[in-house]
Amino acid sequence: MTLDEMNPGSRGRVLRNRAAGVLQRRLMDMGFHRGVEVEVIRNAPLVDPVEFLLDGQYVSLRHAEARNIEVESQ
Amino acid sequence: MKENRVVALAGQPNCGKSTIFNMLTGARQYVANYPGVTVDIKRGFLRSGAGAIEIVDLPGAYSLTSYSSEEMVTRDFILNDAPDVVLNVIDASNLKRSLCLTFQILEMEAPLIVDLNMTDVAAGRGMSIDAKVLSRELGVPVASTVGNRRKGGRELKTLLEAVPKGSREFRLDYGTLEQDLLETEVELGTIFHEQTLPWRWMALKLFEKDDSVCTRVASIGERGVALLKEVERRAKEFEKKEKDDPASHIGYVRHLRAEEIERASVVRTPGANRDLTDRIDSVVVNRFFGPVLLLGIIYALYELSIVWGYKLTEYVVPWLNRFQMSVEGYLPVAGFWQSPMLRSLVGDVLTSINSVLIYIPIFLILFACIAFLEDVGYMPRMAFILDRVFRRFGLHGQSTLPLILGGIFIGGCAVPGVMATRVIADDRARFATILVVPLMNCMAKIPLYTLLISIYFVGSEGGMMLFISSITIVAALAVAKVLSLTVLRQRPSSPFVMEMPPYHMPTVHGIASRSIERTWLFCKKILSVIMLVSVAVFFLTNYPGLPEESVRGYERKAADIRAGFLREIEGTSYAKTLRDEDAFLRYLDMSDRFRQSRLAGADAESLVKRFSAEDATLASMMAGKGDEFRKLDKAAKKLRNGRLSLIRDASSERLNGSVLGRIAAFLEPATRFAGFNRKVNVALLSSLAAKESSVATLGVLYQPQDDAGKTLGERMKEQERGFTPLHALALMVFMAFYPPCVATLLMVRVETRSWLWSLFALVYPTALGLGCASLIYSGGKALGLTGLPAAWAFFGLLGAVALLLGMIPSANIEDEADGVVFERR
Repeated sequence: MTLDEMNPGSRGRVLRNRAAGVLQRRLMDMGFHRGVEVEVIRNAPLVDPVEFLLDGQYVSLRHAEARNIEVESQ
Repeated sequence: MKENRVVALAGQPNCGKSTIFNMLTGARQYVANYPGVTVDIKRGFLRSGAGAIEIVDLPGAYSLTSYSSEEMVTRDFILNDAPDVVLNVIDASNLKRSLCLTFQILEMEAPLIVDLNMTDVAAGRGMSIDAKVLSRELGVPVASTVGNRRKGGRELKTLLEAVPKGSREFRLDYGTLEQDLLETEVELGTIFHEQTLPWRWMALKLFEKDDSVCTRVASIGERGVALLKEVERRAKEFEKKEKDDPASHIGYVRHLRAEEIERASVVRTPGANRDLTDRIDSVVVNRFFGPVLLLGIIYALYELSIVWGYKLTEYVVPWLNRFQMSVEGYLPVAGFWQSPMLRSLVGDVLTSINSVLIYIPIFLILFACIAFLEDVGYMPRMAFILDRVFRRFGLHGQSTLPLILGGIFIGGCAVPGVMATRVIADDRARFATILVVPLMNCMAKIPLYTLLISIYFVGSEGGMMLFISSITIVAALAVAKVLSLTVLRQRPSSPFVMEMPPYHMPTVHGIASRSIERTWLFCKKILSVIMLVSVAVFFLTNYPGLPEESVRGYERKAADIRAGFLREIEGTSYAKTLRDEDAFLRYLDMSDRFRQSRLAGADAESLVKRFSAEDATLASMMAGKGDEFRKLDKAAKKLRNGRLSLIRDASSERLNGSVLGRIAAFLEPATRFAGFNRKVNVALLSSLAAKESSVATLGVLYQPQDDAGKTLGERMKEQERGFTPLHALALMVFMAFYPPCVATLLMVRVETRSWLWSLFALVYPTALGLGCASLIYSGGKALGLTGLPAAWAFFGLLGAVALLLGMIPSANIEDEADGVVFERR
């Protein structure tokens, strides 16, 4: 499954970052690497964007961007 | 003479780099708890025993690619300007992610010192970092600081003063990519004649498909192009074998090494205070409370800065008036009906400057509020809440603040609004925001609104205010969408990846100093422009001046009025003095000043005393008792009124005959559809410099025909029989879309780095405003609508247009959703 499909409160582990170019780079900058654990914290009031917790840091992405990250839920 | 040593400060956004800069240099500098706030390079000096060390504050960057201007600036400085030391500031509470940047600086073979900053935050999260271990792992000196509490500064200074030891070579082992890298390094060495950049770094960048390095290699000629092809072949092969592309592999290796170093150097105490930030956020960005709190914050912002600030301006105005009066005291005395040019020019310029200076209290409070919100860390939350709405219209969550500053409801200023667009990460959305911020309701548009509403919409003032404040945001959304689908289509759009930094408690000193600094910057940028523009407007509104015939006519009338005055005071002791022309004019000047000072609250007796120093005889005519004085006073009043109406007649005629008046007349056929006559055109044109003056110009044009003390509103109503609420509505809507003032255009130039965009920002609102005003006036007339119904019909129409536009998918956003633009396979 991909990161955008996970519900707030659930956790997953990153399998692959499918993005390319700037988005790939930005996601790596924020720490979306293989094996990293991600927790979906909450959706914005209008559902998009979504806030994630990884490595003790809070990061928000739009669903469109989160779709590029493959995860296995835990 | 020994040259200064140069230390470059580099670090990721939110690492507290700017506080370190301030701690080292003592200079005040923009510090904000918002990712990527520093875009310009800032410099300062550190005084030390070994001479001055120059500190250069580079833009915050997560990594050093060529994907963003911040990263390019930072990278180019480190590579090309070869600083003596790069001081890499690291957020200690976020060590792993920060190290990925550190590795990249090390790979550029720059002499490095690492500063572990925000160690207090790390400690709060139960992390204690062993600087010695970190230093050993990286092979560079490491200092620990708490920048915002100025801790660890001395230790850091000592490190910077020491002559840097050649740091030992740092090499990450890229495993399966290593062989490809080594061979590429060798090849680079044979192609380039001299080494300007480290081979290994270049090789890594080639495998990351970095645009600027690829271009550089290609520019070397055939062998360069061949090498690029070879790298591409190797990359494909690597991808097939490893099921991962080189760029992602490189990032992953760095991540693993960072994890290793973190494990070795960090001791974690479990159970420490975990995440107050998260608990705060569960309220602040809550589905229900989030928007409510946001509205509350916007409301508080207005209440504090606009409402309170406006009250404070009452204290500033007398000072400014006193200043203007004292300057005018040095100018040639005003004539009876026309003043010497120098006097009117300087008077106009001062009035323009004062009209900006009175906003200083508002700006101080506004900037302090913004600084507070930035330092606390609320800005990214605001973007998080509203991104969904704004994105539909080609804007960005981060467009919220600029729009609020511009005056999303009533009362703001486009200048700080445009300035605040700098933080918007997405280039296309940033440009769209810059171009629509001037559509918001800045403070200068309000006098005309209130004037017109008070005349033509009696009884529905509230409804009209609501109409005008909401119509602008609806229009701004629609316009932003149109712009991003058309003229901005080609500009790059970026993904939304935003850090949500932890909340901070701001310091009073930090907020106060930044508020003062920004206000000062604002004044500096604006005042010189205002001065130039007011001079230009002066000539446009005064030349070519009155025809000789009219001049003679005014002279005759002036002589009559004066003769009448002298007749009335005939026989008094004053008559002899005032028969002298020069003394008469000085008498007029003095009584003007006397009246002004009296209005400002000075008491008559002390004024007479003060004026006696100038001319005791004239001063004695200012106040007094007895029949003689009463006679003079009565005559003086008549004189004053006669003179006033003469001056007004003359200035109205001068304005109509001036360059500006002719343009206004020339435009009349075109503006007729919007219901604007020549007088209105003159007022609108003359307010190009500053919109506040629209009401003042109308005041001159609709001058009183008698001395009944009627307000401008009553005069307009009386003299414009044909003027209906529909006219007023068209005029108000035009004012809402009125072209930005010169100060804003200047700021648009600064932020877009192009005069063409400034020109565009000037032209499109004019066209839009005229179009809408014509639609309202002509359409309203055709449908028999007037006033309020026409307003809401227009609102409905514009709202529907905006909604439809919102439905159109923005090209890129949909692509992103389908994963086309940013996705690999």
